[in-house]
Amino acid sequence: MSESLIELQNITFAYPGAPHPVFQDFNFQLLPGKHIGLIGPNGCGKTTLLHLIMGLLRPQAGSIFIFGEEVRKEKDFVAVRKKVGLLFQNADDQLFCPTVLEDVAFGPLNQGKPPAEAIRIAQVTMERLGLQGFEDRVTHKLSGGEKKLVSLATVLAMQPQLLLLDEPTSGLDENTKHRLMHILQDLDIAYMIVSHERDFLNNTVAECCHVHATCCKST
Amino acid sequence: MSTIQELFSEGASLAHRLDPRGKIVVAGLFALLMAVATTYAATLAGLALAIICLALARLPWKKVVVRLLVVNSFIFFLWFILPLTYPGDVVWRFGPLAATRQGLIYTGLITLKSNAIIIALIALVATVPVVTLGQALHNLRLPGKLCHLLLFTYRYLFVFEQEFHRLVQAMKIRGFRPRTNLHTYRSHAYLAAMLLVRSYDRADRVFQAMLCRGFHGVFYSLRTFSWQRRDGIFVVLSMLALMTLFYLEWLMPSLLVRV
Repeated sequence: MSESLIELQNITFAYPGAPHPVFQDFNFQLLPGKHIGLIGPNGCGKTTLLHLIMGLLRPQAGSIFIFGEEVRKEKDFVAVRKKVGLLFQNADDQLFCPTVLEDVAFGPLNQGKPPAEAIRIAQVTMERLGLQGFEDRVTHKLSGGEKKLVSLATVLAMQPQLLLLDEPTSGLDENTKHRLMHILQDLDIAYMIVSHERDFLNNTVAECCHVHATCCKST
Repeated sequence: MSTIQELFSEGASLAHRLDPRGKIVVAGLFALLMAVATTYAATLAGLALAIICLALARLPWKKVVVRLLVVNSFIFFLWFILPLTYPGDVVWRFGPLAATRQGLIYTGLITLKSNAIIIALIALVATVPVVTLGQALHNLRLPGKLCHLLLFTYRYLFVFEQEFHRLVQAMKIRGFRPRTNLHTYRSHAYLAAMLLVRSYDRADRVFQAMLCRGFHGVFYSLRTFSWQRRDGIFVVLSMLALMTLFYLEWLMPSLLVRV
């Protein structure tokens, strides 16, 4: 068990009031250093899977192991969130601070870093993503593409060991998509991307998995 | 383009460059003093002070006038009600209606007071961008929750404005024209309800995103302010001016008319 980053065993999950469970005896494994794309029709559970891993949703049955340790309670997931980053589908959900610098420094500050250190980390991360000079920009006045890149910076500033991306390309122009592609190609951590764009996935991940109710099948 | 704008927050005048904390404290004290003032002497002096501040802020005067007109359109209605309902000596009669001298004086006082406060707030507070305002209030040791409530409200106001416009457009392209009928009222109720539901969902997602980044109930502020000599001078001068107002109001026998 210790060799996999994420392991989901016999997970059952249903949204309240839904006629069918999203997952029934679902099994899934992610090995270190892997880059995986998650595909499947709308409502097949791609986002749900990411939210189960982050502890935003709790399964009705089954167990989740992250970095070899079983996670059950909120306390366990708090530790998980320090090592796993999730990029939300909508950047407006992710960016809530007045200025870009404050938003990128929010995660490091929560990790207990002193302000000067948090600012340094934020600036280094922004430089890596080509976002120099964005420090004092007001988050809600950014363009869609800029918002997405800044959201990614807010997640990467926490120096995660695993990155989960929920439809990162939705609403982006070709140029920003290419920037995102190059950023992901240069990352040296494992990541999983939920996306409907095969082109984007072909350039960023080694294999794609189709999400079903019981397992993820390699395509 | 958003219809919510900060008209007066940008500029390079003296009023814009002052430390926001000093401006907020002075504006707050001034508003308090004006609100409780009951003499024309103090009120007129206050109005003069506010106009001096406004002159220092060098704002586009047309926009200032428009904003003052909006505020005064509310006060305009007071002129219809207060003089007619305030007890006192009748100076003017129209059928069953009678205006009193005290009523007219009182309404005039309210008009001057409100304008003095609004002008001072335009000159001192509206010249601070809302984001800086939140950070400055936090720096002034206002409870963190209140400051973040302000900042969150401001941050998501734009998102809701966009959502509102999207919904209105969706109604328009399907031929919706507001009329005075049940269908219109019902549609507007749906619109309001949908905005409420969406804002609830969004609050949920924002909170989830914050949890994912390790949020544990504590906000940290990175903003630092630098207090300069001109801020000290501004606050000292303002305090002297406020003391003068205080003197006019409470220590000097009424100059003009006391209501």
